[in-house]
Amino acid sequence: MGENDYQLTGAEIVFKALHEHDVEYIFGYPGGAVLPLYDQISKEKKIKHILVRHEQGAGHAAEGYARSSGKTGIALVTSGPGATNMVTALTDALMDSIPLVCITGQVPTHLIGTDAFQECDTTGITRPCTKHNWLVKDVNQLAETIHKAFHVANSGRPGPVLVDIPKDVQFQKGIYKSSKDVVVETYKPKVKAELSDIEKAIELIIKSKKPIIYSGGGVINAGVKASDTLTEFIRITNFPITSTLQGLGAFPGSDPQFLGMLGMHGTYEANNAMHECDLMINIGARFDDRITGRVDAFSPSSKKIHIDIDPSSINKIVKVDLAIVGDCLSVLSDMLTTLKNKHSDFCNSNKENISGWWKQINKWRDKKSLSYKKDDKLIMPQYAVERLYEITKNQDSYITTEVGQHQMWAAQFYKFNKPNRWMTSGGLGTMGFGLPAAIGTQVANPGKLVVDIAGEASILMNIQEMSTAVQYKLPVKIFILNNQWMGMVRQWQELLHGKNYSESYTEALPDFVKLAEAYGAVGIRATNPKELDDKILEMVDIDRPVIFDCLVKKDENCFPMIPSGKAHNEMILGPEDKEGITEEGKVLV
Amino acid sequence: MSKSAYEIDSNIDKIERYVIVAWVDNEAGVLARLSGLFSGRGYNIESLAVAQVDEERKISRITIATYGTEGVIKQIQAQVLKLVPVHKVNIYPINEKTIFRELALVKFLGTGDVLNKAEQLCVDNNFEFLDKTPKSFIVQALGRRTEVDEFIKKIKALGEVSISRTGALAMNKGAETVKDNKGKVL
Ligand SMILES: Cc1ncc(C[n+]2csc(CCOP(=O)(O)OP(=O)(O)O)c2C)c(N)n1
Ligand SMILES: [Mg+2]
Repeated sequence: MGENDYQLTGAEIVFKALHEHDVEYIFGYPGGAVLPLYDQISKEKKIKHILVRHEQGAGHAAEGYARSSGKTGIALVTSGPGATNMVTALTDALMDSIPLVCITGQVPTHLIGTDAFQECDTTGITRPCTKHNWLVKDVNQLAETIHKAFHVANSGRPGPVLVDIPKDVQFQKGIYKSSKDVVVETYKPKVKAELSDIEKAIELIIKSKKPIIYSGGGVINAGVKASDTLTEFIRITNFPITSTLQGLGAFPGSDPQFLGMLGMHGTYEANNAMHECDLMINIGARFDDRITGRVDAFSPSSKKIHIDIDPSSINKIVKVDLAIVGDCLSVLSDMLTTLKNKHSDFCNSNKENISGWWKQINKWRDKKSLSYKKDDKLIMPQYAVERLYEITKNQDSYITTEVGQHQMWAAQFYKFNKPNRWMTSGGLGTMGFGLPAAIGTQVANPGKLVVDIAGEASILMNIQEMSTAVQYKLPVKIFILNNQWMGMVRQWQELLHGKNYSESYTEALPDFVKLAEAYGAVGIRATNPKELDDKILEMVDIDRPVIFDCLVKKDENCFPMIPSGKAHNEMILGPEDKEGITEEGKVLV
Repeated sequence: MSKSAYEIDSNIDKIERYVIVAWVDNEAGVLARLSGLFSGRGYNIESLAVAQVDEERKISRITIATYGTEGVIKQIQAQVLKLVPVHKVNIYPINEKTIFRELALVKFLGTGDVLNKAEQLCVDNNFEFLDKTPKSFIVQALGRRTEVDEFIKKIKALGEVSISRTGALAMNKGAETVKDNKGKVL
């Protein structure tokens, strides 16, 4: 046999590399520049391809898959429009630190730069919305590049990467290189923190009389064990804990030590505890503007510890007293060990130490900042999420969302007791995320209940993926809180723009029940609170995709709210409580 | 409770000039990554100098002159270090511990007295002539940025000039060096 017989085509190399990384699913859409790769897919036995209906859907489905499974999401799309349709999903994954490997086809190398049919500068366009990307012009570099792509996507702070492969390279023959033979020399994130920093943190922890833990998506990304370790840490210290939107589920949401989500639509107790604490421990969060409110009034008298695997997150927005660069699991384990071994007295006595603080927190809690006016004729959106939670809480459910008021109500009223059960677009706030993310989540978790809590406006942005759900028999449930408004836009217009409801009402909406039927799914509509429970039960029992059109009160606002430009202790608690929105705050988003 | 992070002296908010040096793999797009990072995050670039410095390891040294508060400069360093092809990033404050050099080629156009006056200015500065004709000369101006600035201001006052500048290069004094992850000098 000649030397060439040992060589593989570029397309074969791609799949061999994917096998090495235990890939089970690809979310993709074909086109001219990826046909050699699709030839390979038709021969594939191990990897299953999920054909989406729009490339953005492939990206969000891969995100849902990744977030709900802890694995890497894979997307495969063609050149030009296929690649540009991926941009939103890549940016979304970058903002929320989700590991994705996106493979794009490119025009053949000799046509690059000639404005060829379906050519675009994919690596140029996606450079700012990926952790890294590669254009592979040499088939012998292909295997190595894919291994590096997996390494970069998954190490340090996870994120999306893209590998652009010209069509001729997919055909050419080359040599395969195993991931064991690939060394990445430059990208080496630090995982383990200095012991001296751990000890400094413990010092602060022991001295604190008013501590709070503020945890984020970094804990989820560090794996299930990180969540368990966090939970143990909270139990031992008896500290109160609040969480960002992305961090929900790392610590049980139904636990009394959990103060609820913090930030713009966080609870009164969480935000006030952040404001008044003497020690703040940020674990895997990034002081996002939705969390801090007015930065110069942010938690003015606390010492701050920031634990993060990404050094560029530290001191970016809020200056901290102690920076600990490392993986959340590694740092939390080290902190726990130090506490247990050296300070067992603290572990026994701390309940007493901070009882005054808990008393104060419980006073804030008594405000019941999530309460809302019940109605016996109209379905209140909060009530709908509460009922959904009560009815599904015992069956290990997975929730995705779109973006808007319904997303915040889902975060406030659905309680997550485990990590990886909550998939939402936080950083980018992408309407249209929820349905494809639910599809990816269902692919990763067959047999589990997956619900996309949606708004009627958002769902229309990627509604075409219903067709995907039906094709692959993925019984996702789309639970639309239908208020006929872009509710969150309407709320801002009401509170910040003098009730100028410009273009935020959708004059013509589809009949969602008929729409479900047209796709070959099931449609259910609920119009009053009395029938709600029965209809939710009906939805949960159907083993097919369902669109649930839940007609809710149209002009309900999402409270509590820290208006932009305000501090944590300047929350609006309800409709009666609107003073103090400033001109300065209006400029912020 | 003792001091919080916000009570640290306000000196850190002072905007100053710095030179940032990054050692990167010399691969396609690496400069675009770096300059895109600066424009995307709103950092300033005063000058930028790039060239491969190690043929074997294919490493380029990128030197960026910028300004900002100490906090912003540290943030830039952390962001640049996150780029995958970057080996190391170093910050050089403008002080006596660092050598700074910038080179300019200046073509002066003029005749007779004007030309002589301009030539004398170059001689006074000890700059080397690279080309001379009766109607022009090219001189190589070498020095710290402020010295080159000063010279250009003076020669511009004498007549028409065409200028090409490299941007600043920086190196710290003494035997200390930056090393790559394998311990090799960069
Ligand atoms: C792709 C995209 N475009 C625009 C926005 C701005 N935006 C944020 S919330 C919202 C309204 C969402 O309406 P709906 O889905 O009905 O949710 P509701 O707030 O009514 O619950 C809009 C337009 C966005 N987040 N994403
Ligand atoms: Mg709506």
